[in-house]
Amino acid sequence: MVLNFMNKKNKKVALTGGAAAAEALKQIEIDVMPIYPITPQTTIIETYAGFEANGEVDTEIIKVESEHSAMSAAIGASSAGARTATATSSQGLALMHEVLYIASGMRLPIMMLVSARALASPINIHGDHSDVMGCRDSGWIQLFCENGQEVYDKTIIGMKLAEKVKLPIMVIMDGFNTSHSVENLEILETKIAQEFVGEFKAISPLLDTENPVTYGAVALQNSYFEFRIDQEEAMRTVEAEYEKIAKDFEKISGRKYSIFEEYKIDDAEKIIVLTGSAAGTAKVAVDNLRNNGEKVGLLKINLFRPFPHKKIAESLKNAKEIIVLDRAQSIGTYPPFYSEIINSLYGNGRDAKFCVSTGREIKSYIYGLGGRDIFQKQIEDVFLGKIEGGYIK
Amino acid sequence: MNKELTKYYSSGHSACAGCGFPAIVRTVLGELKTDVVIANATGCLEVTSTLYPYSAWKAPYIHNAFENAAATISGVEKAYEALKKKGKIKKKIKFVAFGGDGGTYDIGLQSLSGALERGHNFLYVCYDNGGYMNTGNQRSSATPYGAFTETTPTGKESFGKIETRKNLMEIVNAHRIPYLAQANVAYLADLKKKAKKALETDGPSFLLVFSPCTNNWKFPTSQYVNVGKLATETNFWPLYEIENGVHKLNFEPKKITPVAEFLKTQGRFKHLFKEENKPHLEEIQKLVNEEFARIANLCEE
Repeated sequence: MVLNFMNKKNKKVALTGGAAAAEALKQIEIDVMPIYPITPQTTIIETYAGFEANGEVDTEIIKVESEHSAMSAAIGASSAGARTATATSSQGLALMHEVLYIASGMRLPIMMLVSARALASPINIHGDHSDVMGCRDSGWIQLFCENGQEVYDKTIIGMKLAEKVKLPIMVIMDGFNTSHSVENLEILETKIAQEFVGEFKAISPLLDTENPVTYGAVALQNSYFEFRIDQEEAMRTVEAEYEKIAKDFEKISGRKYSIFEEYKIDDAEKIIVLTGSAAGTAKVAVDNLRNNGEKVGLLKINLFRPFPHKKIAESLKNAKEIIVLDRAQSIGTYPPFYSEIINSLYGNGRDAKFCVSTGREIKSYIYGLGGRDIFQKQIEDVFLGKIEGGYIK
Repeated sequence: MNKELTKYYSSGHSACAGCGFPAIVRTVLGELKTDVVIANATGCLEVTSTLYPYSAWKAPYIHNAFENAAATISGVEKAYEALKKKGKIKKKIKFVAFGGDGGTYDIGLQSLSGALERGHNFLYVCYDNGGYMNTGNQRSSATPYGAFTETTPTGKESFGKIETRKNLMEIVNAHRIPYLAQANVAYLADLKKKAKKALETDGPSFLLVFSPCTNNWKFPTSQYVNVGKLATETNFWPLYEIENGVHKLNFEPKKITPVAEFLKTQGRFKHLFKEENKPHLEEIQKLVNEEFARIANLCEE
């Protein structure tokens, strides 16, 4: 691998998060891309359709009639042996729900960019994480991004990861906050990106007519369970593979992406845990409070599925107070990230006991539903215990 | 069993004795001149041919879900185009999707419509047994007027299904695809000709094939060909095709048999022969006459 991140050829460009995703997809040469419009994902597919119109890509774009058909066609294309990607948001992701499980059950490395958005009703087109949390048990890898640079980078990392472990992946950006914000970001030379991801070699593709296989068989009581266990086992390899691939990516880009990012947590007494675009604001809040002598820090989660419980427990072990900020509810129980943090700290998993926490305060807040902004001052107030009631409104 | 017949779909599947679809599948695939990839909607054909670790399919096959066989084959076909463009694949491959009437008329209609409109190079075959037979005989929009099903049971207030069948041929034809035809498993020579034309079509083609269900129409397993023949001889299921917009009737009975002769072969219609249901029987004859006249008229134009 060439160490070329100082290379001037790594262009600086101004792109929205959506366009950054499209740029990465172009570079890694997607064979088939079934698409269907929904706000705020359309920046991705419109940019990509523009590439097609200008002859910049060879991709077969299928302009399907629904998100259900988008994912169904993606399953067809991926099982046929094509590198396949699509994109969606909100209701579209919910409409795909049934077939998400089929994609992961067939172990198809489909790349899906999600511009995360609220779910109806009431209808709302703005950002939150309700849609992606609704499919957190669907067997897809879920990788969150803070900004456009991460979207670009994690699309490239994610494609390689999905094809390595043979599981589908969602690369998630915050709707509007990231998908529509123009940022300066650095893109790799196309050749470098292509070499990094490599060629997709499907196992037993449908188009290998000499060696016919059956996809989507019936499995009954005597075999279904084993298929499910295999899927879980595959998911358990993701953390290590991600770290390897991210490390290689660092060599070509100079940008480091751990499974989670620790920001000033070494001596932190209070740590906020969150993901997505709010991390940028939270970092400023941390800096500001530290200037006032507060020992605070931030843990930004990148990889949500599989969830890195053990490593997170280790990372949070010295914090006196942990504050988890979710941008989604799980109505009737604790919100998703909070539950995972509790699982990390108190869980007694199959691998090992990693309970390292007793009697510490672990608070839960929900913020940003339906695109509600979150401000630096609010995050500082959360650190300082000035906001009660579990909602940052 | 005949090696040619079982080239793509082997013996040993678990379809009911007297079921029509194995003959449909074999006849259609028998007309292939190239390699093939098959997609299949959830349904009887799928569950009886793919019980892990066995598969009756000797060609590449994918079952995705109930409503998305057409979208799935769209993806496969475009993968083929993409890989062909890159020189990774050279041979010619045809794409065929199979679905029952539930997976085609009802839950899969949108997916089918989308794939037809986009003009993928594929053949969609709907085997029509007039109901959700895999789940135990519930009504679909293909179930005939007056039929007993588990969700249109007969009773003091009910003579069976009160709605007439959806006209899928008309819907598919509205997409202006190059070739579509209505066929019947009891007329295999006709089906064979149609399959050949459909597979030779460049672009989407569609076959709607009558497929009697011994289990839920309630007739002896030995009778599926006879039941199928009567459907066409009574004009209940006319055989016709639409090629580049031109309608052609493929079978015209010399002597028209009353539709009651077809209905009385099946337990699902037996209540119609009670005195109080006479008007419904007459209504069915009227519906059959009207629809046949409509088709015959289009074929004369």
